Amino acid sequence: MDEPIIELSGVVKSFGPVSVLKGVNLKAYPGKVTALVGDNGAGKSTLIKGLAGVQPYDAGEVRFNGEIVHLSSPREASRFGIEVVYQDLALADNLDIVQNMFLGREELSTGTFDEGLMEREAAETLRGLSVRTVKSVRQKVSSLSGGQRQTVAIARSVLKKAKVVILDEPTAALGVAQTEQVLNLVSRLAEQGVAVIIISHNLADVFAVADFISVLYLGQMVASVRASETSRDDVVGYITGSKTYSGVFA
Amino acid sequence: MSAGTDTNTTPTAALQAQSTAELIGSGQEGSALDQVRAWWQKVRGGEMGALPAIGGFVVLSILFGVLSPFFFTERNFANLVTQAATLVMLGMALVFVILLGEIDLSAGVTSGVTMALFIVLVNVNGVPWILALIIAFAAGLLIGTLIGFFVAKVGIPSFVVTLGLFLGLQGVQLVLIGSGGLYRVEVPEVLAIMNSNMPVWAGWTMLVVILAIAAGTAFWDRGRRTRAGVPNRTITMVWIQLAAIAVLGSVVIGLLSQNRGGVLRPVDGVPIVVPFTLAILWAGTFVLDRTRFGRYIYAVGGNAEAARRAGVKVTTIRWAAFMVCSSLAVVSGLFSISKVGSVDAAAGRDIVLSGVAAAVVGGVSLFGGRGRLLHAAIGALVIAVITNGLGLLNLPAGVNYAVTGAVLILAATVDALSRKRAGGTVIR
Repeated sequence: MDEPIIELSGVVKSFGPVSVLKGVNLKAYPGKVTALVGDNGAGKSTLIKGLAGVQPYDAGEVRFNGEIVHLSSPREASRFGIEVVYQDLALADNLDIVQNMFLGREELSTGTFDEGLMEREAAETLRGLSVRTVKSVRQKVSSLSGGQRQTVAIARSVLKKAKVVILDEPTAALGVAQTEQVLNLVSRLAEQGVAVIIISHNLADVFAVADFISVLYLGQMVASVRASETSRDDVVGYITGSKTYSGVFA
Repeated sequence: MSAGTDTNTTPTAALQAQSTAELIGSGQEGSALDQVRAWWQKVRGGEMGALPAIGGFVVLSILFGVLSPFFFTERNFANLVTQAATLVMLGMALVFVILLGEIDLSAGVTSGVTMALFIVLVNVNGVPWILALIIAFAAGLLIGTLIGFFVAKVGIPSFVVTLGLFLGLQGVQLVLIGSGGLYRVEVPEVLAIMNSNMPVWAGWTMLVVILAIAAGTAFWDRGRRTRAGVPNRTITMVWIQLAAIAVLGSVVIGLLSQNRGGVLRPVDGVPIVVPFTLAILWAGTFVLDRTRFGRYIYAVGGNAEAARRAGVKVTTIRWAAFMVCSSLAVVSGLFSISKVGSVDAAAGRDIVLSGVAAAVVGGVSLFGGRGRLLHAAIGALVIAVITNGLGLLNLPAGVNYAVTGAVLILAATVDALSRKRAGGTVIR
C-alpha cells in the first residue's frame, strides 16, 4: 500500500486539566477515504482542529508525506494542501457559487477581478466532480439546497488543489437523496487522488464510502480497521467502549 | 476512450459529459428576452433591489406633479437635485458599514463636526480653505479609525460605539462653534458646489463621458470573458443598457439645461455637485464590485465566519469600512454647508437617520451583505422628493416626518413580504 500522506503519532492535547487527546495515532492515504468516528466528546473535533491548524496539538508528531511538519495556523495547514469542509459556516449566502469558491483567493487581472476566468475554473471543477444538480454557477448560494451547498463547499477545496480534505459531518443535515449525492461526491474526490477524512455519526454513510475506519474513544484511538474487514456491530462496540479491538491497527 | 468498441458505456459517458456541460450554465446564455425573463425570475424570487424605490419615486413624482403646478418645473427639478445630494452622499457612505451588518449613528455628526473644524480654521484662524479641507478629511478619517478600532478590534457593537460618538462629537462641535454660534461659509469654491452650474456644453460632455465609460467597461468585460472562454450575454443587452443611460441622461441634462432663472439673469446647466456625486458613486461601485476589498465587505456581511475561514482579514475589512464611511460623511458635510451657507453647533445632527432610511428604502439590507451604492442613492432621491413635494404643498414639517416614516416602513414591508413569498417557493 502507498505511504500515508498524513500520519499522526502520539498526539496530545489538553485544555487546562482536561486532557482531550491522549496520544492519538491516525493515518490517511491518498485516494482513500478514512472515516473518523466516535461518540460526542471523544475528541474528534479537537483532532481535526489540530490538523486544520486552528488549535495546534500540545505534543506528538505530524508527518506530511513522511516529513515532520508543524501545523501552527490555518494558513500553514492550507499550504500543505489540508482543507477542512465544516458542516456549517462554510459559505456566504449572499454570494454566488463562483464568488464563494474563490473567496479569499480571487483571480485578478489588471488589479480587478477576472470573473470570466473564475467562472470557467469553477464550472470545470464542478464538472470534474460530475456535479449535475447545479443550474448555473452564478446562482446565489442562498438559493441552493443543503446538498448543493455541501457540493459547493467540497468543490471549493478541490479548486484549492487540496491534497487532504477533511469533511466534518457532511451529511448531518441532509435528506436521503442529498446524502446520496454528497457521498458520491466524496467517492469521486478520493478517485481524484485526494486523501479524504470524513467525520460522521452515521455508520451507514461511513460504510458506504470509507476504506478505513478509525474509532476514537475518550481521547484514545481504540480501533483502526479496514471497512471491509469489520462490521457495523463491531464499530458500534468500539464507539461505546463495550468492545475492545484486538487486531493490528491499519 | 476507445469509442465504438465499448458500445455499452461510452455513449452513456459521452451523453453524461454533454448534459453536464449543458446543465451548469453561467446565467449569461440566451437571448435578450431570456435575460429579461431571468431577471424577472430573480425579482419574483425576492431580489427586488431598488425596484420598489424606483416605483415609489415615480408614483410620488406623479402625485406631487398633480397636486402642485410648481413640482414639474425646471427650477424645482434643479432644486430637488441639490436638496438630495447631501442625503445621497450620506446614504452611500453608510452603505459601506450597513453591508457589514453594522451601523454608524455618528456619520451625520461626523459630517457636522468636521465642517465645524473646517469653518473655524478658515474663518477664525485664516487657514487656506484647501488646507482646512484636508484637515477636515483627516479628522473624518480619524473618527472612522476610532470607530473601527472599537468595533473591529475591541469588539463593541457598532451601535454602542457610534451612539457614544454621536453624543461625544456633538460636544466637540459645540465647543468648536461656541453655544448659539454660527459661521457663514465665505469660500466661493465651497459655495459653488451646490449653487453654481456647469456650462450647458459641459453637461452634455459629461453624458458622453459616462456613455464612453459604460461602453468601455462593458466591452472590456466581454473581451475578458471571451478570452477565458465563457459565454457572454447577448450584445443586445449592452445596447439596451447604453440606450437606457442615454435616454435617462438626456432627459435629466436636457431639463437642467433649460433656463430656470429670469430673462435678465439666466440660470442653466447641471449643478456642480452632480459630477462629484456621480464620480464617487462610480468609484465606490467599482471598488465594491471589482476589488477584493469590496468583495470581502459583502462576504463579511453575509457570513463573517466563512470569510474568516477563507482567509479574509475580517478585522481589517471592518475597520477600513468604517474609515470609508466617515470619510464619505465628510463629503456629505461639505455638500451640506455649501447648500446651507453656514455652520452651526447642530449641523449634521439630524441627518443620519434619514441616511439610514435612504439606504433601507433603496433596498440595502440592514442585516448586511445585500445592497449597492446606487440603491442608497435612489432611496435618498425618494426621501428628498417627499421633502421637496410636501414643502411645495406648504404642509407643516410634521407631515414630512410622518410620510417619510411611513414610506420607510412600507419599503421594509415590501422587501420582507417579497422575501417571505420567495422563501415559500424557491428555498427548499
